[in-house]
Amino acid sequence: MSRLTQFNWLGVVDYLPALALGLYYTLLVSVIGLIIGFVLGAVFGLGRLSHKKIIYGLSTAYVELLRGTPVLVQAIWVYFALPLIVGFNIPSLVAGILVIGLNSGAYIAEIVRGAVQSVEKGQSEAGRSLGLSQHLTMRYVIWPQAFKRMIPPLGNQFIISIKDTSLLSVILVPELIFQGRLVASNHFNAVEIYTTVAVFYLVVTLTLSKVLSVVEKRLTH
Amino acid sequence: MIIHVSDLHKSFGDNEVLKGIDCDVEAKEVVCVIGPSGSGKSTFLRCLNMLEDITSGDVVIDGQSLTARETDINAVRTEIGMVFQQFNLFPHMSVIDNISLAPRKVRGLSDAAVRDRALKLLDKVGLREKADSYPNQLSGGQQQRVAIARALAMEPKMLLFDEPTSALDPELVGEVLAVMKQLALEGMTMVVVTHEMGFASEVGDRVLFMDDGIIVEEGTPDRIFKNPQSARTEEFLNKVL
Repeated sequence: MSRLTQFNWLGVVDYLPALALGLYYTLLVSVIGLIIGFVLGAVFGLGRLSHKKIIYGLSTAYVELLRGTPVLVQAIWVYFALPLIVGFNIPSLVAGILVIGLNSGAYIAEIVRGAVQSVEKGQSEAGRSLGLSQHLTMRYVIWPQAFKRMIPPLGNQFIISIKDTSLLSVILVPELIFQGRLVASNHFNAVEIYTTVAVFYLVVTLTLSKVLSVVEKRLTH
Repeated sequence: MIIHVSDLHKSFGDNEVLKGIDCDVEAKEVVCVIGPSGSGKSTFLRCLNMLEDITSGDVVIDGQSLTARETDINAVRTEIGMVFQQFNLFPHMSVIDNISLAPRKVRGLSDAAVRDRALKLLDKVGLREKADSYPNQLSGGQQQRVAIARALAMEPKMLLFDEPTSALDPELVGEVLAVMKQLALEGMTMVVVTHEMGFASEVGDRVLFMDDGIIVEEGTPDRIFKNPQSARTEEFLNKVL
């Protein structure tokens, strides 16, 4: 106990504005990144189901490339290496959002593919036999059912990606752990600050879990 | 004739399931297809609306060849309603939305017109009060009757039934057969793959007996059931009757 009480927990209050700024960037990168990731995931997930070899091949290559390399390497590559190829600098925030989007998109593509494939074949046969085109059948029959099944694994991926944003401190995105490290190294209060940072992440992920379980219940009759 | 099938072959890989089917169905005719499981009767039915690709031969629906390059299969399918063994209702939609989806999206009918049509069809199958229920709130027999209403919603020229009562509890079979009988009386063209010999003999104009990928024999229900020509037909009927 004495070990814990020797820390100045109340003093953390002074640094809450800095941590809140970090939280803002964490959420900003997460939300925009995951929106991009969901769009990429839907496109490439359906691409993985395509009978056209080129579309299937490109989608598979995307998934394997992004899933097969660490997020940290992707972040460093986009921020430090890509500018040398394209000839202009990429702001760290943009690079961070791009990496979260591209990375989560690869995993979400597999979630989308699995969910669509899990809808019974009879459903698409019923749609097609009524004269609905493949596109209309996907849109009104398969996708709504698949989407419901995507929610639990999507929740998983959202939480993983939110935590992955902490790696973006390496490319100077001013997110939560970046701000925490700044404070802790200036004020020698690592225990208090990093504990608070951990609690911040936990609050975000627990809130998200709760929201997703409400959404899941709403979609179930 | 409204359905013309000529030398239809269907293979799954090396396995030839249909080995040359020739068959015509006239408008308003009720044709029942019977035969042992694995005889190819469901595959035959599914070739009639191209749920299975045709390996060789041809199916002509109301003058349109399904294998012709210029044929719009989606348009042809609007003329052919299909009822499945497992009902295949859309579980995320209410009963009325199940029935309304295709008329709304394919025919582009107004919401009011579609709703009107759907309610009339629910009346026909005796389930108007279930319009706002979801499929999982219905019994199997009710689900299948909704599926029949859904198939009718496109005002098809013919209906295909793929063992429509095989997944039902015995006490629910009658209500589905009653709806089918009513449709037959109203002059709907129907091809019915079934194990219900009673239905085939009472409602069918013609019975096809299939075994091992071919039509072994066909004729009026009376002739097939009372005086089968082929030993295979006789053997099958002895097992099921």
